[in-house]
Amino acid sequence: MDLFDIVTQQIANSLILGSFYALVALGYSMVYGIIKLLNFAHGDIYMVGAFIGFTALSLLVGFLGDGWLGISASLILSMIATGFLGVGIQRLAYRPLLSAPRLSILITAMGVSLLLFNTVMAATIGEYKAFETGLGFEGLDFGNIHISYTQIVLVLATALLMVALTLFINKTIYGKAMRAISIDMDACRLMGIDVNKVIALTFFVGSALAAAAGVMAGVYYGSIHFFMGFIIGLKAFTAAVFGGIGIIPGAMLGGLLLGTLESFGTQLSWIGTEWKDVFSFGLLILILVFKPNGLMGRTEIERM
Amino acid sequence: MAILEVKDLTLRFGGLEVIDTLSFDVEEGGIVSLIGPNGAGKTSVFNCLTGFYRANAGDIRFRNESIMSLKPHKITARGMARTFQNLRLFKQMTVIENVKSGMHCRTREGALGALLRSAGQRREEAEIERVAEECLAFVGILEHKDRLARNLPYGDQRRVEWARALATRPKLLLFDEPAAGLNYDEKERLIDLIRRIREELSITIFLIEHDMGLVMKVSEKVVVIDYGKKIAEGGCAEVQSNPKVIEAYLGKEDEDGN
Amino acid sequence: MAANDGSGAAVARRTGLAGVEDRLAAFFDDRRHRYAVFAALILAGLLVPRVGSNYTLEILTNSFLYIVLCLGLNIIVGYAGLLDLGFAAFFAVGAYSTGILTSTFGWNFWLAIPPALLFTVIVRVIIGAPTLRLRSDYLAIVTLGAGEMIRIIARNMKDLTGGASGLIGIQRPSLFGLELNQISHYYYIFLALAVLAVFASDRLEHSRLGRAWKYVRDDEDAAEAMGIDRVAVKLSAYIIGALFAGLAGCFYAAKMTAISPETFQFMQSIMILVAVVLGGMGKIAGMVVGAMAMVLFPEVFREIGSMRMLVFGLILIVMMIFRPQGIWPDRRH
Repeated sequence: MDLFDIVTQQIANSLILGSFYALVALGYSMVYGIIKLLNFAHGDIYMVGAFIGFTALSLLVGFLGDGWLGISASLILSMIATGFLGVGIQRLAYRPLLSAPRLSILITAMGVSLLLFNTVMAATIGEYKAFETGLGFEGLDFGNIHISYTQIVLVLATALLMVALTLFINKTIYGKAMRAISIDMDACRLMGIDVNKVIALTFFVGSALAAAAGVMAGVYYGSIHFFMGFIIGLKAFTAAVFGGIGIIPGAMLGGLLLGTLESFGTQLSWIGTEWKDVFSFGLLILILVFKPNGLMGRTEIERM
Repeated sequence: MAILEVKDLTLRFGGLEVIDTLSFDVEEGGIVSLIGPNGAGKTSVFNCLTGFYRANAGDIRFRNESIMSLKPHKITARGMARTFQNLRLFKQMTVIENVKSGMHCRTREGALGALLRSAGQRREEAEIERVAEECLAFVGILEHKDRLARNLPYGDQRRVEWARALATRPKLLLFDEPAAGLNYDEKERLIDLIRRIREELSITIFLIEHDMGLVMKVSEKVVVIDYGKKIAEGGCAEVQSNPKVIEAYLGKEDEDGN
Repeated sequence: MAANDGSGAAVARRTGLAGVEDRLAAFFDDRRHRYAVFAALILAGLLVPRVGSNYTLEILTNSFLYIVLCLGLNIIVGYAGLLDLGFAAFFAVGAYSTGILTSTFGWNFWLAIPPALLFTVIVRVIIGAPTLRLRSDYLAIVTLGAGEMIRIIARNMKDLTGGASGLIGIQRPSLFGLELNQISHYYYIFLALAVLAVFASDRLEHSRLGRAWKYVRDDEDAAEAMGIDRVAVKLSAYIIGALFAGLAGCFYAAKMTAISPETFQFMQSIMILVAVVLGGMGKIAGMVVGAMAMVLFPEVFREIGSMRMLVFGLILIVMMIFRPQGIWPDRRH
């Protein structure tokens, strides 16, 4: 493989990795933007989404097959179910603590994370599950490199979800309410906005996007397991901070950039794949130190 | 002699000039007030003086040395203390613990001293305790010393803040709206306290205040700013009759000033 | 919750669980009562090896280790108000430094302690210093990432650390000619460490430095205005807290004779933090209770096996909703 091949291959890898990061990062960013909660359980939501999609596919496979039709149906089912799971968690665990100290709600999020993680671990006896699909490896060939149709479809699906989200945030009344609440929740209450409903909706959308990423990751990597959410949770948070937490386009950009940096970074011989995670965390620390508001965040005036 | 000299101080937030080439002096041993309509930039001036904001241009000289590039804690250590417009007590701590914070920059024992409880450390703790009690007695709330700060009535919480600032052993004390939220009696006691701080402790006082009655009673000099610019400076009577000041307050000065 | 505002009169009126709690708190407000109970606990602790089985000793030794770790993290989270999700990293640095110095370089265990603590401080400063100005939730994620980095480095630097399978053959130390190789030896050592940690925490908390930590926790700006260098104060909390963990790590390496990166993974950091929060941040007695609860919980619930962490997550959520201040919280009057 020559340099051109490596670069093309890594661009393809970046896009797909970046898509997963961006979708999960969006959930982090939206929830943080609206209630300033670092939703620790978000990576586990992604994992649960993957398992719901897996279960849905194994049930639907008899009717819809294991091709794109079955996968799309499972994906949508998983998004809806996981969305409601997110709303339920918000209702039971986070809402009572909205006015509590930040640490209490963060610890609660850890509790939720433990709960989800261990429930799935108990249910799967800690085993990997093969996410079997009938998609195969056909695709486009560019010289030495091969890009499968699966990769292309997944990236396109991500793009579609992002466009839909952007329209939702910018064009609907609920999107406007979300943006307003993130600026001043109390003022919104006074203006008669049903704040709890909008927060619930935010959790629904964020969780559904994470579920979509989870199912796609299952389809792409071919297997899922109960601890798949931990590392991606951290990475997605990095991506969200990278782009500017609380800013929707920032999360998208941050996800894609992190995917790119990681794909190319690990190609450098002195980094290598086993140092991949160190690379990302090191990057996170650097960003926070030098540009804590992220790429798209406005610099706050330092004041008391 | 001036203890504090501000020269051409300028502060910008974005494109907005919050403070615009502001110059004035605070004479050692004086009581000087900074007044101006809401949003004139008074608290911003305080924040620049105490190092919380980094001014864009100009110079601030305190006791003949520039303090423009110093961090807040270094400025406090040099002898300038402040109170806050909105109470900023350490709410989960007792009154005396709050006041002890002021002694931090005047003492030096660290972890090792604490672990070994050396003679020097015990002596220093006793000294901190003594000074804190002295300051509490000075503002008149010594009897509440072991209560949690957040459980005191508002007026007394203000006094904890004053005691805390006094415990830093300042040469210059900055009060940011000390009378806000106080009732008539409490304001009278505040006026008395401000005078006693100057007379008994020989501390220079610089204050921001909205209550014109109080300002006119205690101040020897008044600096008036509007839109970050100085519009008048001088004695109380002089400033009160200045047409620019009257204009800035839109006649409000009339009802407050009498 | 409601138990938060118990003034003298309210104490007398309240009955039931809250009343018991108030009376207990009043009892422990008296310094002499506190010392008496503490002395009785130490005495009981010294007598346990005469009657307890090896299993009991093992469990108690672990809980003493946890007390040291919790008290260390309490300095950072409880006193200084800095969230740290990667605390196990410093435990790891202490353990690995001791392990490498004694097994690879053949150092005497006791001589290895000072450099191990020095390494702990160096790593702490490298991770801590750049992050001190960050918002609390950013701090959480950075410390988490940094903690994981330490573990991954331990896993990847195979020549030095033995990689994923870990470091084996760490020498047993000896004390006055006696080789420390019995569980009861380590029981006494960790009991001593825990007592020392309680003692040190108490003295630090009621000192100039301890107060400075709390000032910064309560209101950074006001603390700064009072002449407190918040960066230096936070860094000192970081370093002293990490030293507790580093020291615990040294003795842990000697006790286990083998260590692996998995001991120091993210979950370990979370467990320590959870013990701190459950016990009641900022309260030394709370740390002892929290640490004991955390070690005993899995033992008591051994029956339900892997489900116990699930139950644990639930307890955490319920606890945060109904009693966010912890089992034995700080300052009730």
